Amino acid sequence: MAAQSSTFVMYDEELRKINQVSEKLLRESNSKVIFLVDKNGQLITSVGETAHLDTTSLASLTAGNIAATGGLAKLIGEKEFSILFHEGEKDNIHISIVGGRVILVVIFDQRSSLGLVRLRVKKASDDYGLIFEELAKKSEQEDQSGAPSAFAEITDDDIDNLFS
Amino acid sequence: MSFINYASREINCKIVYYGPGLCGKTTNLQFIYQKTSPDAKGKMISLATETERTLFFDFLPLALGEIRGFKTRFHLYTVPGQVFYDASRKLILKGVDGVIFVADSQEERLDANIESMENLKLNLEEQGYDLDKLPFVIQYNKSDLPNVSPRAELTSLLNPNKVPEYDACATTGEGVFETLKAVAKLILMELKKGGTGG
Repeated sequence: MAAQSSTFVMYDEELRKINQVSEKLLRESNSKVIFLVDKNGQLITSVGETAHLDTTSLASLTAGNIAATGGLAKLIGEKEFSILFHEGEKDNIHISIVGGRVILVVIFDQRSSLGLVRLRVKKASDDYGLIFEELAKKSEQEDQSGAPSAFAEITDDDIDNLFS
Repeated sequence: MSFINYASREINCKIVYYGPGLCGKTTNLQFIYQKTSPDAKGKMISLATETERTLFFDFLPLALGEIRGFKTRFHLYTVPGQVFYDASRKLILKGVDGVIFVADSQEERLDANIESMENLKLNLEEQGYDLDKLPFVIQYNKSDLPNVSPRAELTSLLNPNKVPEYDACATTGEGVFETLKAVAKLILMELKKGGTGG
């Protein structure tokens, strides 16, 4: 039961590295917003003009979108469709899968182009991939070190207080 | 699969409402949405047909407050209950941390409940989960209606493992928060046991 209760963990150091890659991608691709989403729909981080965007909803719908197209892919014998592109009147969304488990979303307008975004995303994907690999290794080591979890001391009262 | 973000000090968990068509999964979410203060909730998204049947999922993000310095966020999802949407149901179960089975207490829906419960177990197994090991609670919805099955019968057919169970009327909200609280509690207890990677 590999999937049972495994947890995805993010640390300060890796988040900083990820944001550096995102900032660079944002600049080089001339895009508006970049965000990374876990395949289960949890927003990992976002950079750019996010102030008036509902990033939580975007994350959940993006993951739903990837899951649905992944289902379609399997039905026709493909492993997955690794890139999705939605074209709007003003803004466009480029969605791709990074390192097998994370979704990279780039929102851009006429100041950029699909070709440029694709090119820069390809380069950035390798950088993201390395960071997520490091992250996976780090979580594994933390696991095996047997150090007590930060949540080991949660009490029933703590939980009850959430609902008071 | 919960997501622990040490950088932003957040815990994110995914709760899925499962059950047969028209049992009241979406109504549960709507009630929670109405009764939660604006600063604790995000936008509720419903991907539904023109006749308001769930087509893909409903989604409601909730922020419950802090626990040991970590903000706790629960993402509530419903599945489409109608039998022929099985492919979509499987997708929504991915990465689930806790399940609420919403049963329709009406006599004529007894078979539909049993079928949906079997479907839940099967779809979880396909994703590598075991329902017996997941945080899981059952809600007997529509318990205010006159034509309901006896509670003992519902329990013996749907809840052999005696997980927490609640009577509810999702339209008035009775039992809705009790059910949510019960599964959230089980998820946090699991987190406490499992540590960062369990």
